[in-house]
Amino acid sequence: MIKTVYSKGKLVAKTGNEVVAEAMRQIEPDVVAAYPITPATEIVQIFSQFVADGIVKSEYVAVESEHSAMSATIGASAAGARAMTGTSSQGLSLMWEMLYIASGLRLPIVMAEVNRAISAPINIHGDQSDTMGARDAGWIQIYSENSQEAYDNMIQATRIAEKAKLPTLVTTDGFIISHCMEVVETYPDADVKAFIGKYEPERYLLDIKKPYTLGSIDLQDYYFEHRYQLAQAMRNAKNIVLDVAKDFEKTFGRKYDLCEKYMLDDAEIAIAVIGSTAGTAKVVVNELREKGIKAGLLKIRVYRPFPAEEIAKDLAHVKAVAVMDRADSCSGAFAPVYSDIVASLYASGVTNPKVVNYVYGLGGREINTGHIIGIYEMLCKIASGTEKSSNKVEYINVRIK
Amino acid sequence: MANLKELSKNPERLTGGHRLCAGCGAGIVARQTLIAAGSTPVVITNATGCLEVSTTVFPYTAWKDSFFHSAFENSAATCSGIETAYRSLKAQGKIKDDIRFITFGGDGGTYDIGLQSLSGAMERGHRMLYICYNNEAYMNTGIQRSGATPKGAHTTTAPAGKVRQGKEQNKKDLTQIMIAHDIPYVAQAYVGNWNDFITKVQKALAVDGPSFINILTPCRLGWAYKPEDTMLISRLAVETCVWPSFEVENGVYKINVIPKEKKPVIEFLKLQGRFKHLFRSDNAHILETIQKGVDEKWDLLQRRSAVGCRA
Repeated sequence: MIKTVYSKGKLVAKTGNEVVAEAMRQIEPDVVAAYPITPATEIVQIFSQFVADGIVKSEYVAVESEHSAMSATIGASAAGARAMTGTSSQGLSLMWEMLYIASGLRLPIVMAEVNRAISAPINIHGDQSDTMGARDAGWIQIYSENSQEAYDNMIQATRIAEKAKLPTLVTTDGFIISHCMEVVETYPDADVKAFIGKYEPERYLLDIKKPYTLGSIDLQDYYFEHRYQLAQAMRNAKNIVLDVAKDFEKTFGRKYDLCEKYMLDDAEIAIAVIGSTAGTAKVVVNELREKGIKAGLLKIRVYRPFPAEEIAKDLAHVKAVAVMDRADSCSGAFAPVYSDIVASLYASGVTNPKVVNYVYGLGGREINTGHIIGIYEMLCKIASGTEKSSNKVEYINVRIK
Repeated sequence: MANLKELSKNPERLTGGHRLCAGCGAGIVARQTLIAAGSTPVVITNATGCLEVSTTVFPYTAWKDSFFHSAFENSAATCSGIETAYRSLKAQGKIKDDIRFITFGGDGGTYDIGLQSLSGAMERGHRMLYICYNNEAYMNTGIQRSGATPKGAHTTTAPAGKVRQGKEQNKKDLTQIMIAHDIPYVAQAYVGNWNDFITKVQKALAVDGPSFINILTPCRLGWAYKPEDTMLISRLAVETCVWPSFEVENGVYKINVIPKEKKPVIEFLKLQGRFKHLFRSDNAHILETIQKGVDEKWDLLQRRSAVGCRA
C-alpha cells in the first residue's frame, strides 16, 4: 500500500526512468552529457526535453559515445559544474576507463545507471553484470528496489557525492524498474533544492584567479598515496551515506540505511539480495512468516562502500543464508556479492551461518516468487541439517545440460 | 600578422623547467600558443602524451593556467565538458570572466585513438581550439607508427627490415577531415615560423566556434636528428611542400607560405634517421613514390586555394 509519508509530497504514476529524470529536473545540474542506450535512453531523452523547453537551466551535451559522455562529465565537474550522466550496460563498459579517472580525481559526478546485461551475446534486458563490473572503480554504488527508492536515491546521491568527493551511481533494474509504472511520491522542487543545497567546489578549473593543474602524472613517489586516499574516502563515505539518509528522513520522512533488514532480527533463514528482487522476496517472506517459518531478508542498498561489518552483524544469528547474485563473476568460484558477504562474515569472526550462492535472472530471465520459495525451502533443509550446503554456485531457472 | 614587439609584452605562461627533451617541438608549440593568447584567460586540456607527462610531474607543473588531463583519446570530449560548464555557469552569472579553451593532443591521440571524440566535439560546435602537435608517431610510447606517420618512415611498429621498408601506407590527411567538418577555422602550421603559427592561433581563438590547427612538430628522438635542427627540419618540410602551411577560413583555402623554390623531398628526408634506409639504392623507387605523392598533394592544394575556391 502506498502511504504518503511527507505532507507536501505528490503521488504520481511514473516509470523508473521518468522518475529519475524528474529527480534530475529538480536537482537541475549545470551540465548533463550523455549518449543514448537502452534501457536508460529515456532518462536523458526526457531531460533533454526539459532543456529544450527551458524548464531547467542545465546545458545538455549530446555526445558521440559513452566514453565521451563520461569524459565530458568529468571535464564539466572539474570545471566546477554540478555534472550528471546516465547509462547502462555496454555504455557503462565503454566508460570503464573514465570511471576510474572520475573517482581518482575525486569528482562528485552523479550517474543514473540502469542495470542491463553485458554482451556477448547481446541482450538488452536487466541483470547487474554492468555495475558489478564497475564495482572496483571507486564509485559509490546505490541500488534501488523500486521507483520510489530510485527517486529518493538520486536526491541523496547528489549530496553524498559532493560531501564524499566521490562519484556516485544510482541503479535501477533494467525494464523491471526503468519501464515499469508505479506510484511514486515526489517532493516539491523547492524542498529538493533546499535539501541538496548549492554546489560550491573548493577548487575548479574555471576559477582563473586560482589556476591549477589537475590530472598530473603521478610516479612512484605519489601515486600510491593518492590511491590510498581514494580507498580511505570510500571507507569514510559510509558515514556520509548514513548522515545524508538521516537528514533525508528528517526532511522527507523516508528511512534509508546501508542495508534494509526485513523480518531479519529473529530469522533463522535469510536471503541477501540487491535491487528489485528484494521486493519479490519480501512477498515470499510474508507468505512464509504466515506459515510460521522464520524467514528474513537482507537487502543491500549500498554496495560500495560495502557495509561489511553491518552485514556480518545482521546475519550473525541466521542459520542459513542464500546470497542471490544477478551477475556472475566467472571467477571459477563464486559470484561477486557472495564473495563480499562471505569475506565480511569471516573477517568479523561470524562462522555460524551456512552461506550458499545462487546466480539468477541473467539477461532478464524471470525470477518469481516460486523460485524464491524454492530457495527458502532449500535454506530450511540446510538449517535443519537434512541437506548439506553446497559450496558451488547454483543457477536458478537456467536450462543446464 | 603578429607583431613581435607587442608579443614580447605578453606573459610567458609555460614556465621553464618542464622536462621535455632538448630540441622538442611540443614545448615550442605550447609556449607560442599561450603567448598568442596574450592576456586572455585560458583553460588547457591535454591528451596523454609527452607534453602532458613532461610538464606535470606531480607535485610540479609548468602551466600557469588551469590545466586538465584525463586520458589519451578524449581531450576533445573533456574540453567539451569544460566549455559546456563554462557556458552554463556564465549564463547563470556564476562566472564573469571571458575564458577560452585550448586542447593539445599529439598525432596518436588526435589522428587515431582520439579521432572520434575530436570529430564529435567539432560537430557539436564547442568553442575550443584543438591543436594537434603532430610529430608523426606515438613518441611517448617508443616511436610507434600512427595514422600521421608518413610513408617510408621507420618506426618501432613499422620498422625498416629485410623485406619491409618502414611504414607502407600514406599518412592520413586529418586536416582535410577537419575541413570536412565545416568548422570556421582549420589550419596547418609548423614549428619554426612563429609569426605564421601565432597569427593562426590568434585567428582560431577569435572565431566563435571550433577551430583546429595541425602543427608539424619535429621530435628529435623519433625522427633521429640533432636537437639544434628542429627549426631547420620543420622549415624544410614546408619548403619541400611535404607539409604546406595553409588555412581554411570559413571554407576558403589560403596557402600561407609559398616556397620561393620548391625543394626536392629528399632535402627534408636526408637529415632524419627515420628515413635513412630509403637512401639505399634498392629503395630509390620509394623516394620516387614519396616525391610523386607530395607533388600531387601540393598541386591539389594550389588548385583549392585559387581565388574563389571553397571547401
